[in-house]
Amino acid sequence: MIEVGHLTKNYGDLVAVSDLSFRVEKGKIWGLLGPNAAGKTTTMRILTGYLPATEGKASVAGFDVFEQSNEAKKIIGYLPEVVPLYPEMTVSEYLSFVAAIKQLPASKRRQALDKAIKVSGLETVKHRLIENISRGYKQRVGIAQALIHDPEVLILDEPTIGLDPAQIIEIRELIKSLKGEHTIMLSTHILAEVTQTCDGVVIINEGQLKASGSLEELRASFGDKEGVILKLRKDHDEAAAFLKSIPGVEKISRQDGEFTIEWDQGKDLREAVSKLAVEKGWGLLEMRPVAMNIEDLYLRIVSGGTEP
Amino acid sequence: MRNIAFLAKKEIKTYFTSPIAYVVIFVFLVLVGFFFYSAVGWFNSQSIQMAQNPYYYQQININQMVYAPLFHNMSIILLLMLPLLTMRLFSEEKKIGTDELLYTSPVQVSEIILGKYLAALVVLAAMLGLTGLLSVFTFLWGNPELVQILNGYLGLFLMGAAFIAAGIFFSSLTKNQIVSAILTFGALLLFWILNWASYSAAGMWKDVLNYLSIFQHFDGMTSGILDTTDVVYYLSFSSFALFLTHSVIQSRRWR
Repeated sequence: MIEVGHLTKNYGDLVAVSDLSFRVEKGKIWGLLGPNAAGKTTTMRILTGYLPATEGKASVAGFDVFEQSNEAKKIIGYLPEVVPLYPEMTVSEYLSFVAAIKQLPASKRRQALDKAIKVSGLETVKHRLIENISRGYKQRVGIAQALIHDPEVLILDEPTIGLDPAQIIEIRELIKSLKGEHTIMLSTHILAEVTQTCDGVVIINEGQLKASGSLEELRASFGDKEGVILKLRKDHDEAAAFLKSIPGVEKISRQDGEFTIEWDQGKDLREAVSKLAVEKGWGLLEMRPVAMNIEDLYLRIVSGGTEP
Repeated sequence: MRNIAFLAKKEIKTYFTSPIAYVVIFVFLVLVGFFFYSAVGWFNSQSIQMAQNPYYYQQININQMVYAPLFHNMSIILLLMLPLLTMRLFSEEKKIGTDELLYTSPVQVSEIILGKYLAALVVLAAMLGLTGLLSVFTFLWGNPELVQILNGYLGLFLMGAAFIAAGIFFSSLTKNQIVSAILTFGALLLFWILNWASYSAAGMWKDVLNYLSIFQHFDGMTSGILDTTDVVYYLSFSSFALFLTHSVIQSRRWR
């Protein structure tokens, strides 16, 4: 659905994006991650036709964003980082205007407006001036304008920035509800958002692709340890020593009555751990896999971690 | 055309939902009203004196004595006020980030420019149209020539359209509305007084400077002379300014 090939964007001598390639499948939510000035916004601006690329290709739903710019723009809904709102308009007026310039036929505009207002939860503020509504509602209006023409592809640049926790959850749920019908690419600084909403990520730094794939794929590629968290009925002091004695175990840690047992990637010691716990009669209550948290994974990738 | 109409409608709405259009039109009408009142007062006193002499009596002409100076005064007010009307057109879009909405929508840059231009022309037409009410008095109690008045209004409209095109160009250069207004005013004033430089110039330069001067082309129109050279000048001026705006926007995005 979204295909980027060897994309490069230079601002004079500054290289904002360099030889970037990735692909987003139809109906998926994909996160674009990276530190500040990594090239996320530039990439999104190129995809939406706001900026041209210096080199490379980009297509959305088969339309080349440079050669078939107008066709591509018709099927893209875009929420820029700074929500593009006219404060002197009411929410309804603004959305009607956006529907018109997105080339939605006049006969469908009323219905599209009602749907966008409903989906974005704007019923209570639809007749209010945009300058008088809260930040959270402004963000919703931004999402509503991106959705108004029912685009196949949604590109959302930091859709939850500046919102309070309750609003972040609401917007996140809204984005998740759009999955399937729409292909979504969003950029964010909130890593938890990626784990909760995205099917996969593209991680870039200094304009270059660092990693791309589902979280599981990235963990498999960039994580160096696997393991389990073990919860026992009683806090057995000798358990740590016994667990450590299992061949292949690299590290044991203990916190809040739970043992974290780690081993090198590629091995699978789950069976050995559970067998030992049962044999020793420690009262095995729970055993769950240790997942490398997204923050560690992100930092490892961004700081130049390589696939082992 | 449809996109231009949507964009123009939105801009007109913005003008009239904010105080901008009301303030500009109000101040314009007050000033024009004052100049009209003064011109009619002066015309009355002159007429009484001139009526005593049969030779001068023949020369009493309300078009020349009221409308010609009024149109000149109106052109100066437009020079001062129209930059205030155009300063926000692109500057504000850039400042609040709505340009990103416009340029990522399936509309052409030329349509965006023409939509804004058309909206400002509508406000200009409203400004000039409302001053037409003053002529009700001159037609009720005088005998002015309508064609000559319409010619003057056409001149004002064409000149105002050129001012607006220049204002749109300068608005596309900066995020700052004040800078946009000052640049517009400065540039227009320069074009206004170019013919001053022609006094000391000679040969071809004298003709070139005279031709480029905005004022030079307006002068004839207030006297009831409709010269196609003047009309072509104003249309060319506007077209060139709008073309430059298009080039600026495209080059900034493609840089």
